[in-house]
Amino acid sequence: MAYNKLNVLHWHVVDDPSFPYESLTFPQLTRKGAYNPITHVYTTQDVKDVIEYARLRGIRVLAEFDTPGHTQSWGPGVPGLLTSCYSGSQPSGTFGPVNPILNSTYEFMDTFFLEVSAAFPDFYLHLGGDEVDFTCWKSNPDIQAFMKKTGFGDDFRRLESFYIQELLDIVSTYDKGYVVWQEVFDNKVKIQPDTIVQVWREEVPVPYLKELELITAAGLRALLSAPWYLNRISYGPDWQAAYKVEPLAFEGTAEQKALVIGGEACMWGEYVDSTNLVPRLWPRASAVAERLWSASQVADLDFASSRLARFRCELLRRGVQAEPIGVGYCNEEFDHW
Amino acid sequence: MQQRALGLWGALGTLATLATLAARAPGASAAPDLGLWPLPRSVRLSPRLLRLSPEDFALGLDPASKAGPSCVILQEAFRRYYDYIFGYYQRRRGPARFYTDSPLLQLVVSVVHDSECDAFPSLSSDESYALTVKGPVAVLKANQVWGVLRGLETFSQLVYQDPYGTFTINESSITDSPRFPHRGILIDTSRHYLSIKTILKTLDAMAMNKFNVLHWHIVDDQSFPYQSVTFPQLSNKGSYTPSHVYTPTDVREVIEYARLRGIRVLPEFDSPGHTESWGKGQKGLLTPCYDGERPSGAFGPINPALNSTYDFMSRFFSEVSKVFPDEFIHMGGDEVDPECWETNPDIEKFMRSRGFYKDFKKLESFYIEKVLNIIASQRKKSIVWQEVFDNEDKIQPSTIVQVWKDKDYPEEQARVTAAGHPVLLSAPWYLDYITYGEDWRTYYKVDPLRFSGSQEQKQRVLGGEACLWGEYVDSTNLTPRLWPRASAVGERLWSDEKVKSINDAYNRLTVHRCRMVRRGIAAQPLYVGHCEQEYKM
Repeated sequence: MAYNKLNVLHWHVVDDPSFPYESLTFPQLTRKGAYNPITHVYTTQDVKDVIEYARLRGIRVLAEFDTPGHTQSWGPGVPGLLTSCYSGSQPSGTFGPVNPILNSTYEFMDTFFLEVSAAFPDFYLHLGGDEVDFTCWKSNPDIQAFMKKTGFGDDFRRLESFYIQELLDIVSTYDKGYVVWQEVFDNKVKIQPDTIVQVWREEVPVPYLKELELITAAGLRALLSAPWYLNRISYGPDWQAAYKVEPLAFEGTAEQKALVIGGEACMWGEYVDSTNLVPRLWPRASAVAERLWSASQVADLDFASSRLARFRCELLRRGVQAEPIGVGYCNEEFDHW
Repeated sequence: MQQRALGLWGALGTLATLATLAARAPGASAAPDLGLWPLPRSVRLSPRLLRLSPEDFALGLDPASKAGPSCVILQEAFRRYYDYIFGYYQRRRGPARFYTDSPLLQLVVSVVHDSECDAFPSLSSDESYALTVKGPVAVLKANQVWGVLRGLETFSQLVYQDPYGTFTINESSITDSPRFPHRGILIDTSRHYLSIKTILKTLDAMAMNKFNVLHWHIVDDQSFPYQSVTFPQLSNKGSYTPSHVYTPTDVREVIEYARLRGIRVLPEFDSPGHTESWGKGQKGLLTPCYDGERPSGAFGPINPALNSTYDFMSRFFSEVSKVFPDEFIHMGGDEVDPECWETNPDIEKFMRSRGFYKDFKKLESFYIEKVLNIIASQRKKSIVWQEVFDNEDKIQPSTIVQVWKDKDYPEEQARVTAAGHPVLLSAPWYLDYITYGEDWRTYYKVDPLRFSGSQEQKQRVLGGEACLWGEYVDSTNLTPRLWPRASAVGERLWSDEKVKSINDAYNRLTVHRCRMVRRGIAAQPLYVGHCEQEYKM
C-alpha cells in the first residue's frame, strides 16, 4: 500500500463465517466464533502490531464491525444477540440479523463498541449496515409485535433505521465518527451529517455515479468502491477498467464533488487467502491508487500501461508478489535463484 | 506469535481446541474426511483403526520386489512420502512412541513385473497398484515402479492425525488404475519466463494429483528461453535476457525431477507460426513480409519455401530428440497466419511451382508434413494441435491430435477419432481463462467421451491436458491459478466415469487442497473456510 501511496486499510475483520477478533470484554465471541480460537485469531497484540506497522507508513486502520447483518459468527458467543427465525409458530433453529428490539442488544453493543473504540485509534469506525435480510425479522413474533406497537407496520427499513440510529448514538458517545455502507443511506436511516457513506453497488438502486450524486446532494461525504471490487477477477488486463473510472463524473456542484473524499479497492475474501491475495491485489490495486492520487487528467492508458509494467517490476524487486499485467519480463523475477 | 502463559487461558484454550477437534473426530465413514483425490477405482475402508508412530513406522521393500534397494525412484519416493506423512506436523506433535495393540509398523512395497527403475515413464506405463492396509504390515503391490508412486500418494492421503495428534489409518483395501493414460498440464515459458523453482513445484503438485505429463510449451513468439547447443544464437538473441534461459542443466534437472515422480516431459517446439523469437537468432528462417515491392521489415511464420529451413529444422530436432527422452515431441502447428506469406513474392513463386496456386493451406501442409517426417526420422512420434488435422495435412495414424478450440469440441473429437487418430482433450480446460467463483465445477463436469462415436473411437481418447497459457501468468501467480482448479481435471482424467457427485467432490477437494497447502503448495481456496495449517508465505 505504502509503495502505492494508499493510506487506509479498511479491515473488514469479522462477518458471517468467522469471528477472528480477540474480544477481551466478550471472549466467548472469539472462542465460539473463530474458525479455530487458538490459531485463527487476531490477538490484541496482533491488532496493535498492525496499527503501528500501518502508522509508520502513514496508513490509517479503519476497522469494520458490520451489523446488523453479516453477524452469524457473533451468535454462538452471545446467545440472544441474533434474531431467532421462526417457521410458523416455532423457532426454526436458525438465526438472522442482530435482534433490534431487545435492550440486551444495545447493552452488548455499548460495551462491545467501547472496547473497539479503544482498540482502534482512528477517529472513524466502519459500522457496516449492508445487505440486511428482513426475512428472519419478519418471521419472528416478538418483532412482529414490536412493529405493530411502534407503528412501523410492514416497513422493516424503519426497524433497520431504528437499530442503526441507536448504534450510531452509542458510537458517538465514544467520540468516534462512522462510515456506513450505502444501504444505510438508501433506506433513509436518519444519520448525522458527518456520516461517511460507502458506495459499493454498481447498478442498484441506481448506477454508482448517480448514487454519489444523491449522497453528496444530501450533504454527506462519500467513498467509492463499486467499480473497484478487485475480488471479481476476469481474464485479461482488467486493471484498465479500474483505471478508467472517474469518481467525479456525475452531475453536481463543486461543493458536492468535494464531498467525494476518495475510495477503496475491495478484496472480499470468499475466494481469497494468503495463497493468492498478493498477486490478486497487485498491481491491479495500483490502478485504483493512481486514480485516487493523481490528477484526473492523468488518464492515458498507454502511458499508464508502460509505467505500470515497470512499476510492477519494482514491486517485485521490493518483494511484493505482484502478478504480470501482460506479456514480458522483469530483470529480477519472483522466486528466481 | 506471542508467548502464551499457561494457566487459565492456556487450559481453557486447550479444552476449547479439543472440544472443537473432537466434534470433527473421524468416524467409520471417514472417506470424505480423508479427502482422497483423485478418488481411486475401488476403496474399501474398515472402521478398524491402526496407529503409526514416526519413530517406529518405515517404508520398505519386499525382498521379492523386481525393483530393489538400488532403485533411486523408490528410495527418493520413500524419503519424500515419509516427510509428507509425518514431517510437516509441527504444531501438534503426537506421541512419538506409544503402546498400542493396533500398530502399523511398515508399508512393504513390491514391484511385481518390470522394474523400469532406470527408465523414463511413457504413454504405456502401468500405473496400477493394490494397497492393503492391515496391522502390523501394510502391502503396496504394483506391476511397475510407476504404480508404486501412485500408490504411495494414496497411502499418504489415508494417514491422518486424530484429535490427540496420533497418526491414524483405517484398515483398508484399495485397487486403483487410471481411466486415461495421458493426464497433462501445459505450462508456457515463452510469454513469461518461469523459474525452475516454479516448474519443480508444479511437478510436485502434479504428483499429488496423479498427473503424469508436463507439456512444456517452451518457446513462442515473445521469447526463446531454450538454450540450444547446436544453435546458441537462438536463445542468445531470442530470450528476454541472458538470465531468462533454460540451460541444458536446467532442462536435465526438470526431466529427472519429473521422472522421479513418474511424470513425462513433453516438449513443444511450435511451428511454423508462433515463431517470432526464433528469427532473432536464426536469420533467414522466418518469412520476410513485403509492403508492395519491398520487405516491410516485419517477419511472419517460418519460411516453408527454402531448403535451408528444413536443414535447420532437421539439425534442431536432432538435438531436441536427444535432449528430451520422451517418445513424443509436440510440434505445434496451430494458428498459422498466412497474411505475411501472401505478401512475399518468393513464396508466390514457390507456390506456383508446386501447383498450390493461392491455397496457403497447401503451403502450410507442405511444411507440416516435412517437419513431421523430420521428427519421425528421429524415431520420435508427434503430437499436433488440431489445425494440422483440420487442414487435412497428411499425418501418420499414430500422430496424436490435441483438440483445443472450444466451439463444438465434442464434434471435433468425433471427427479426429473417426479418422483413426488418438486425441487429447484441452478445449474445456483452458485454466488461464479465469472467472469469478467456483469454476473448478465446470472443469469437473466435463465428460471427455461425450461425443457420438463407436467404442473404438472412444478408446482413441488418450486423455487430456489442463492448459495454463502464460500471457498473464508467471511465478508470482502460477501456483494459486493452477491449483486446485487443475485438480478437478486430474480427477476427471484418473477416476472412474461414475465419479460425478459434485458435493462429494467438494468435500474431498477442500481436504485435498489443505493437504497441498500443508505440503507447501500455494493452492488457492475453493470457497469460504479454513485449513488447520494455513499457507506460510
